[in-house]
Amino acid sequence: MTQPMTGAQMVVQALKDQGVDVVFGYPGGAVLPIYDEIFQQNDIRHILVRHEQAAVHAAEGYARSTGKVGCALVTSGPGATNAVTGLTDALMDSIPIVVLSGQVPTFMIGNDAFQEADTVGITRPCTKHNWLVKDTAALPGILHEAFHVARSGRPGPVLVDIPKDVQFASAIYTPREAARTDRYNPRVKGDIEQIRRLARAMTEARRPIIYSGGGVINSGPRASQLLRELARETGFPLTSTLMGLGAYPASGDAWLGMLGMHGTYEANLAMHGCDLMINIGARFDDRITGRVQDFSPQSVKAHIDIDPSSINKVIHVEIPIIGDVANVLEDLLAVWRAEEGSRTQREAVKGWWAQIEEWREVRCLDYDTSPRVIKPQHAVARLEALTKGHDRYICTEVGQHQMWAAQYLGFEDPNRWMTSGGLGTMGYGQPAAMGVQVAHPDALVINVAGEASWLMNMQEMGTMVQYRLPVKQFILNNERLGMVRQWQELLHGERYSQSWSEALPDFVKLAEAFGAKGIKCSDPADLDDAIREMIDHDGPVIFDCLVEKHENCFPMIPSGEPHNKMLLANAETQGQITAPGAVLV
Amino acid sequence: MAELNIEKGSSRKSAYDLRDPNAHAVERHTLAVVVDNEAGVLARVIGLFSGRGYNIESLTVAEIDHNGHTSRMTIVTTGTPAIIDQIKAQLGRIVPVHEVHDLTVEGASVERELALFKVSGKGNDRVEALRLADIFRASVVDSTLHNFTFEITGSPEKIDAFAELMRPLGLSEMARTGVAALSRG
Repeated sequence: MTQPMTGAQMVVQALKDQGVDVVFGYPGGAVLPIYDEIFQQNDIRHILVRHEQAAVHAAEGYARSTGKVGCALVTSGPGATNAVTGLTDALMDSIPIVVLSGQVPTFMIGNDAFQEADTVGITRPCTKHNWLVKDTAALPGILHEAFHVARSGRPGPVLVDIPKDVQFASAIYTPREAARTDRYNPRVKGDIEQIRRLARAMTEARRPIIYSGGGVINSGPRASQLLRELARETGFPLTSTLMGLGAYPASGDAWLGMLGMHGTYEANLAMHGCDLMINIGARFDDRITGRVQDFSPQSVKAHIDIDPSSINKVIHVEIPIIGDVANVLEDLLAVWRAEEGSRTQREAVKGWWAQIEEWREVRCLDYDTSPRVIKPQHAVARLEALTKGHDRYICTEVGQHQMWAAQYLGFEDPNRWMTSGGLGTMGYGQPAAMGVQVAHPDALVINVAGEASWLMNMQEMGTMVQYRLPVKQFILNNERLGMVRQWQELLHGERYSQSWSEALPDFVKLAEAFGAKGIKCSDPADLDDAIREMIDHDGPVIFDCLVEKHENCFPMIPSGEPHNKMLLANAETQGQITAPGAVLV
Repeated sequence: MAELNIEKGSSRKSAYDLRDPNAHAVERHTLAVVVDNEAGVLARVIGLFSGRGYNIESLTVAEIDHNGHTSRMTIVTTGTPAIIDQIKAQLGRIVPVHEVHDLTVEGASVERELALFKVSGKGNDRVEALRLADIFRASVVDSTLHNFTFEITGSPEKIDAFAELMRPLGLSEMARTGVAALSRG
């Protein structure tokens, strides 16, 4: 490639070289040269979304379900500002995506030109790194480095802002191999002395627990495999964060269910009472820890994380191990098997399991069913039963339905569960599901949604119909902002300020207006047939599932409380959150 | 805020202050950060401090290798040991940041700051200002019939002390560079 290329040609060439097969985007004045190049080739598929936020979420869905880097293309100004929510979401959940934005020509930057925004300034705090390209000769190197930064170390979103004159100008292309990747190379190998300490602690632990997170999934399939080996060979109980679901199978012997604010009773009490906590790729998020002063008071804590800033950020740990999960688990298992003879305190751990089984007897996820109205938990449980055998991917929006999906759906493999964990972005699920379906055209992709979240990006139904993406929108419709309503019940004296969904559309007609199929179900007796009808339909479906309006999501750790102060189903909700707890979100 | 038991003004500094304000004493650390000298790198570092609620007491930056395009920042910051560790780890995450050194813990170091003082005095005050400047090894870089401009180099404490002495003698303007620091040996 010694022939000069235009900047726009370089963009397409670099994407090809980086293995990109699909780009989610929306054209506009400042990216026209790139769109012109996209028009003249067939290697990269472009999915035209209806709003730039959706392009970024779709790229996230694509990335999370494939393990590859997702890619979005937006124009300058409003195109870039609309991408900000998606970038922040990807930053919080460590999702590798590359967003390319157009920019006004370099000679107009700073002039308040039409559709100009300080995109690198706006996106600096919500990207892992970003670049404003001022010279076409530098463009290919920056694009390759962008992919390198997005996928290396703790993955995350990056943005490359490309002024229009840089897209038109010509220079010599830099192939991927010649591009600079040396300045960002996080350490992946854990410190062997710390790994030895953890292996030794594993032989001494009487009440151990493995607490795994999204880092296991980000580390790749090998990490999930090693996590399963670790749990099987040690016999230690295992719980996972919302982000980590699927790394260990829900049907596995060690599985305690999800932990945290809406985690299971047994998982949270085991976290509280353990004497060795092995945190693998999780970050002690505030949804997990509850009150930090009382978090797991008697345990020795080990923390495996690729990001040094995650260590000791929230919880002080005795055994910090900085490295990639798969790398560290490989070494940990090798050391524990060879140097410690795979020893554990078998008898004591057996006793610990007996205690856990006692907690399990509480059956914290039980709920009352009703013959008259569909309970949301029941709807999710039936969805689980009827889709279990399928090649299934689940996305969610944010709120009560998200927690019910996490509680009542079982995930057997990583990369099958896409939800906005850190940022909690309502409107995430629908476009993310779109991205997942693009990556897995034959799979059953379901977006478990609430009606309020779903409406936030409903315009993407048009995209799904256009590209024949048969995503199933499973909407638990309680005509409420359920989680907001629940918190208002808990700590604002049941004053339900602005938390109901008035003037909702008729979802069946809405589906039909988009050219999709609509199903409505309000009778528990019809639920199974309706779900089957949804699964069997070869095309996008909006399933309007009318559910109990005032159901609360339990179990729940009230904010500001430790793990052992959980509220179970039908608990008295008044006065459970104290004044210091009320200030927390 | 009284019923929440949050000390007034404590959230001004950092969210960490809300957690356990008395766990550790606040320490002052001098960090040396070597970065690529590229557009936006200073904004990234400053954005980290403001976005996460850390303090900057002083910050200096200049290119130190014109061919390699690297700059060195010297940042003086305060926080509990846990926050100082966080600041270092967070700085290390920034892509154009190559090295982060905590000069306060990595052995002995020298810290110097340069300052310019404009002192307008008459009669005895003018003589006294010159005499004190001599003691502090400050040099006169500009003089008129009404004022002197002194240049002084030294530790921040020395400059503070000089400023205190100059104030009653007619100190009218002052400019300080912030700290530059290197490890000893």
